[in-house]
Amino acid sequence: MADIVFLAMMAVTVGGAIFALESREIVYGAVGLAGSLFGVAAFFFLLDAPYVAVFQITVYVGAVAVLIIFTVMLVRHETWMKEVTYSLGRLVGILTAAAIAISLTFAWAASSQLASVPLPSTVTFLQIGQLISTSLSPALEVLALVLSASVLAAITLAKVEREED
Amino acid sequence: MNTLADFTFVSGLLFAVGIYGLIVKRNALRMLFAVEIMINAANLNFIAFDRFLWSNSTLPQAALGQTFVLFSIALAAAEAAVVLAIIVVAYRLHKNVDVSELKTLGG
Repeated sequence: MADIVFLAMMAVTVGGAIFALESREIVYGAVGLAGSLFGVAAFFFLLDAPYVAVFQITVYVGAVAVLIIFTVMLVRHETWMKEVTYSLGRLVGILTAAAIAISLTFAWAASSQLASVPLPSTVTFLQIGQLISTSLSPALEVLALVLSASVLAAITLAKVEREED
Repeated sequence: MNTLADFTFVSGLLFAVGIYGLIVKRNALRMLFAVEIMINAANLNFIAFDRFLWSNSTLPQAALGQTFVLFSIALAAAEAAVVLAIIVVAYRLHKNVDVSELKTLGG
């Protein structure tokens, strides 16, 4: 059964996600998204994955949130700040989200593993490092290439073409 | 002690919120928020199942789930960087980030 800390973390995570989508100012929405991602990192701590949690805080709350806030600053414009939301579209969205949540709950309720309580974790930092540097090293190389390519693509896209003299 | 059902419930709720945002919102930045929320829901689900069903293994591969989520987080960061660059370019061309106004890609 869930305790108070878990419920508070859940409120921060899901509330932050809803606030990110429904806040009046998009800058506040970015802050709400950062709070939601921070809540997910707290869940990672609770699940005995401190390395992943710290990685999540570094990458998402540290880098992606700042990147989003800078983009909001760059593209800030009065005309689109007033977002139009259609009530029919909102109804469809709420119904679809509710259908997905209910169907996922039913699918999980049919599983026998859900009431299980975890055994002590045996995962250490050492094992993560060993896996990354041995059997998963090709995946790490590909990931490095993808990251370089995406950074290059972002720079190429955002570069301002200067007129030839 | 929390059971696996608690974590899957949170993850499912986050995923549903992301789906709602993706359907309702027409602002490209809000749609990026929704996609990030859904990616995080999937990561949380992955770590939860890894913790409950796999991480007490004595094999050296017990850390596999956490390693995969590390890769997933890095990929999501790369995706966010590219999407934000596209949003900046779209704003420069159209002075707008509403996806229903961006008709150049529509063919």
